[in-house]
Amino acid sequence: MSDPRPTTLFTLTERAMSAQLLRMNAATSNLANAGSVASSADQAYRPIRAVFTAELDRASGLTSVSSGELVRSEIEPTKHYDPGHPLADVDGYVFESGVDESAEMVEIMESARQYQNMVQAMQTAKQLMLDTLRSK
Amino acid sequence: MSEALFGIHGAALEVRSKRMGVLASNIANAATPGYKARDIDFTAALDAKLAQGQSKTNGASPTMPTPNDAHLLYRTPTLASLDGNTVELNREQLAFAENALAYSATLSFVQGKVNTLTRALKGE
Repeated sequence: MSDPRPTTLFTLTERAMSAQLLRMNAATSNLANAGSVASSADQAYRPIRAVFTAELDRASGLTSVSSGELVRSEIEPTKHYDPGHPLADVDGYVFESGVDESAEMVEIMESARQYQNMVQAMQTAKQLMLDTLRSK
Repeated sequence: MSEALFGIHGAALEVRSKRMGVLASNIANAATPGYKARDIDFTAALDAKLAQGQSKTNGASPTMPTPNDAHLLYRTPTLASLDGNTVELNREQLAFAENALAYSATLSFVQGKVNTLTRALKGE
């Protein structure tokens, strides 16, 4: 996913923000699917994670971030014995998605902090640019 | 030309601006696995820039311009993280704030020079 635009502080911020947003959405999807059950281990929901890669732009020396791809984690679903459940398999087991709620909450908080940090840095940089432009 | 007018401050402003970009890149990559945080050695970068300007004004044979990343060093993390990322947000925030303040200061020196010159031209 290459961006034809030249990398400036603003495109850098934009891409960092959308990367963090993707990460936050992935964590939210995981939270939403916490506790969902399926009738086989293959059908059970597996948590997704956004994995970022750094992209160096040699012309400007800036390193932007690419919100590469979403990776499904290998966490095995937990097996419960619940023969009364409508989704139970022939042996009476259901498979609950292996989502760690606390880890997802921490992920969302961390993502929010990094998003805020980037916006703050961009605002400072923008103010300095304006000061430079308006100097007579 | 700009050296004669602005002295050290023109070059300093350029290096400050470059450093701002490097620090912003670090903040953007705070969650990228394996990313190594970088920073510009300000004093070395400024010295190199001034030396480059000097050789140009002396009319000496143009020296090879130093590559952009000659003074770009890697940061040593206080504590290594598992995914190989060496960005520490508090440190980057502090460095960014310090750099922004220094940029402001340098900018006002440049503005002062321009004001002096304008006043001389107008003969007020």
